[in-house]
Amino acid sequence: MARKPKAGSVGVVTPRREVFDDPLRLACGRTLNRYELVYETYGRLNEARSNAILVCHALSGDHHAAGFHGEDEKHPGWWDNFIGPGKPMDTDRFFVICCNNLGGCHGSTGPMCEDPETGRPYGANFPLVTVSDWVHTQARLADRLGIGRFAAVIGGSLGGMQALQWAIEYPQRIAHAVVIAAAAKLSAQNIAFNEVARQCILSDPAFHQGDYYAHGVTPRTGLMLARMLGHITYLSDDAMRAKFGRELATGKISYGFAREFQVESYLHHQGEAFSGRFDAHTYLLMTKALDYFDPARDYGDDLAAAFAACESRFFVVSFSTDWRFSPQRSQEIVDALLAAHKDVSYLNIEAPQGHDSFLLRAPRYLEAFRLYMQRVYREVCDAP
Amino acid sequence: MRPDLDIIQPWIEEGARVLDLGCGDGELLHHLMQNKQVSGYGLEIDHGHINQCIARGVNVLEQNLEEAGVTNINDDAFDVVVMTQALQTIRNPHVLLDEMLRVAREGIVTFPNFGHWRCRLYLTGRGRMPVSRTLPYAWYNTPNIHLCTCRDFETLCAMKGIRILDRRVVDESHQDRWYLRLWPNLLGQIAIYRISR
Repeated sequence: MARKPKAGSVGVVTPRREVFDDPLRLACGRTLNRYELVYETYGRLNEARSNAILVCHALSGDHHAAGFHGEDEKHPGWWDNFIGPGKPMDTDRFFVICCNNLGGCHGSTGPMCEDPETGRPYGANFPLVTVSDWVHTQARLADRLGIGRFAAVIGGSLGGMQALQWAIEYPQRIAHAVVIAAAAKLSAQNIAFNEVARQCILSDPAFHQGDYYAHGVTPRTGLMLARMLGHITYLSDDAMRAKFGRELATGKISYGFAREFQVESYLHHQGEAFSGRFDAHTYLLMTKALDYFDPARDYGDDLAAAFAACESRFFVVSFSTDWRFSPQRSQEIVDALLAAHKDVSYLNIEAPQGHDSFLLRAPRYLEAFRLYMQRVYREVCDAP
Repeated sequence: MRPDLDIIQPWIEEGARVLDLGCGDGELLHHLMQNKQVSGYGLEIDHGHINQCIARGVNVLEQNLEEAGVTNINDDAFDVVVMTQALQTIRNPHVLLDEMLRVAREGIVTFPNFGHWRCRLYLTGRGRMPVSRTLPYAWYNTPNIHLCTCRDFETLCAMKGIRILDRRVVDESHQDRWYLRLWPNLLGQIAIYRISR
């Protein structure tokens, strides 16, 4: 039975694919001669081609940002709360694009794909890709779609880093950068968490030194542990207390190591679900891309100097209980933009859900995001 | 339009970099952006006001002056720093004045003049803290914790070596009248100062 499209939903969407045959030189020094990007679009590109928005996904995201893949898909795309008719990224006005990043495991060329040189999956041999590499591939996708300049490049977390990189690398191709719950570089603590996550995967016997495809297995336990660890850092202490407290799944203590507390069940559930839908190589790559991101490095560690050539305007948002990329990290971005004389607005939203808040519908966040995007439309797309 | 803008606007150069501390709904900055092509930023904590700034296209940064001051802003980052009707609400106004003139070449400060004759009469006659249209709060719930007179402010500036480039005192409808210039500390309700190092 056909389901009635929900109000504010972009409805059923079909991913598309572009193949690129022009060699791509990567930051690591290697070259990909051929790669594919899978992406989705929502809304319609206007005649002036001025209303395009690029949405960049985070660590575990993909190109499916909004709508449903089929009538019976249970959950909509990962940023459906914000993309759709009447939503902040209003698809009645904007043409929204989201692609699966290179190295991903949901359709774009990545470790699971066949390496044309060997005829076998790339696996551990897939080059380490960086935020800058992603931005280059996204720019090529924009060329292919006939988009010279984005009205906005928008992302949360690792996606926000891509928006920053866009503003730095393609100053003339981006009018606004919306940088949510992000950081200009990872802290030692962030890198430490990523390293433990990687070691979970690398030390799983099923990893087989990276050759697990050939063995017909996946390092599910390692990936599950990595995700469990990640999840702890995405939530705030308060959010965990409110959601689980010290609730016991069975109601009483069993004096053993089975899952007893609700929070344990939750983490196991999250980890298991994730390990079934995500590739361990991609997880390793993505965490490395996070660790390496540091646009100031090429400018003598001066972030303001990195922003000097930017021509876009910036909207920066942080969340009060986010301790993975705390408000202080966003404040560093804002201070550098201010020092570089760039237009910037900054909000620190009171929200209890920690880093995950960027995906959720805190009313103040929703409203400010909507108002900012109306401004973007007025300035970029509505100009006479 | 806000009447104090008429007084402040001529003090700001075309294309200046302007920081507005407690920028409210962004009206001043928006006005200066339109008429003086300034590059402006406002600091604000009120959520409604922040949204109004966003809707207007005014750069607004959520930043609490009492908690963070302007320590995150570089020396001489701005040409002008403006603070309208907020000095008297700040816990350490003397520190903030120094900070204002660290981040900008010039400062523009407005505050209610507690030396106005009505305040004096109120206090003398009734022996109670003045309540008026410009100062509508009771002593216990007022945000105005550091009220001062024009003379107080000028004394503080002298102590700190802050130069007063311009002074206007106006009545509560922000009108500038000849007799206000004769006895500013007695007749002015709102003081508007342009200061520099």
